[in-house]
Amino acid sequence: MDAPHTLSIRTCGLARTFTTPRGPVDAVRGIDLAVRQGEILGFLGPNGAGKTTTLRMLTTLLAPTGGTATIAGHDLARDPAGVRRRIGYVAQSGGVDPTVSVREELVTQGRFYRLRTPDAQARAEELAAELGLDGLLERPCGALSGGQRRRLDIAMALTHRPEILFLDEPTTGLDPGSRADLWDLVRRIRSAWGTTVFLTTHYLDEADALADRLVVVDKGAVAAEGTPAELKTRHAGSPTATLQDAFLAITGRGAAARDAAPLAV
Amino acid sequence: MRLLLSDIAVVYGRYARQTLRSKAAMLFGALMPALYLVFYGPLLTDVPLGRSGSSWQVLVPGLLLQLALFGSTFAGLGLIVEKQQGVVERMRVTPVSRPALLLGRVLKDATLLVVQAVLLVAVALAMGLRAPLAGILIGLAFTGALSLSLASLSYALAMTTAVPQAFAPVVNAVTMPLMLLSGLLLPMSLAPTWLDVLSHVVPLRYLVDAVRAAFTGDYTAPALLYGTVTAIALMAVSVAAGTRYFRRAGA
Repeated sequence: MDAPHTLSIRTCGLARTFTTPRGPVDAVRGIDLAVRQGEILGFLGPNGAGKTTTLRMLTTLLAPTGGTATIAGHDLARDPAGVRRRIGYVAQSGGVDPTVSVREELVTQGRFYRLRTPDAQARAEELAAELGLDGLLERPCGALSGGQRRRLDIAMALTHRPEILFLDEPTTGLDPGSRADLWDLVRRIRSAWGTTVFLTTHYLDEADALADRLVVVDKGAVAAEGTPAELKTRHAGSPTATLQDAFLAITGRGAAARDAAPLAV
Repeated sequence: MRLLLSDIAVVYGRYARQTLRSKAAMLFGALMPALYLVFYGPLLTDVPLGRSGSSWQVLVPGLLLQLALFGSTFAGLGLIVEKQQGVVERMRVTPVSRPALLLGRVLKDATLLVVQAVLLVAVALAMGLRAPLAGILIGLAFTGALSLSLASLSYALAMTTAVPQAFAPVVNAVTMPLMLLSGLLLPMSLAPTWLDVLSHVVPLRYLVDAVRAAFTGDYTAPALLYGTVTAIALMAVSVAAGTRYFRRAGA
């Protein structure tokens, strides 16, 4: 294990229980994570596994009901404001108003990060140039293509040059060309600024191509972790197996489970 | 404190620009009370309303607060749309102060409401309203205070509501009884005892009575004092409730 100071994200028993009319629901049952600075971590799991709940806790949107987390050197429970200053977050839905211009959203976002107005304006220009949005600044956000919109969402999250970038299913709904562009962008962000990238995805080819290391969660707990090659060897029997086979084996939906299931009910 | 004020200004600016982009909506908001003024006001000119002053001095205060009641309680609708777009979460992940996320919005709502209220008073003056300037200014202040409170509560409701379809019925179910029980249209002094007593549990009634007193220049009336206390308490409770939901997660 690396020394603590090189860890971007460290969680210990992070848990969240929701109170519902039908009784308590343990969405996340105690997750331990150690993500190194500059690492691209793929966070995988079937629907309902607790991915989004975990992401919302790590980004200060949802208070944990158990465990601790240190994110970019700040304690999540004691100093959520300190965490917010160091992280960027792109929700699956994005986060821009379609009627507002690209420039106005970028400048307002800069002001939210406490840049003075002239600095926020300069930063908007800079981000637009870095993310291939120049020429689109005066357009309403709703007039952008899917790929441009994603780049804008990421530009918004990079306003304050965060140490960690959280991406929630960043390529869902994008065409193959835009997906490839986005993968390049994520790699570029990491190599240019040493940004740690924590991304959830349902696309196993994306996880395989992009992530240095994978964490698979199932039923609110970590079910497996390792590099894509390690997971394939350990859970699907060979480094040349597909990540899909490894994933299905880890989450108990693998060949054995399928054989045992009736064909028709 | 300086950070809070500058955060409020940023949020306020964003929503003020949004409102300025839809000028038609600004005018339509003031249209409904103006219709009351033109088509309902003249009916009251010779009706004994049990109070000193002209019928306009009774009607216009009610219409001002009615404008706030119907104009501000729907403020949350836009927030539900923004929640679906991910805008609210995107803002909540930035260091911007949580009270500013609410206050910037409600101050914009209150500003719009007061502008509409000034238009309404201008029409009322043309229709025959005569009232002291100080009284009118006090009335506008109460209108702004009520708007700020109701918009805060509306945002609090919106933060806990997933879809617009679930929001409107709740708002309608609350605003209609509030309008009837606060004596907005006619003073409660005309009501039978049971109705008058019942109306005293509705905070809005104290605001209506206060603005009516102000419009007749009766600045030392107990009604004005009760109304002021009620308005301040209402603002404190509403802003605290609204901020709580921007601070808390799960919305």
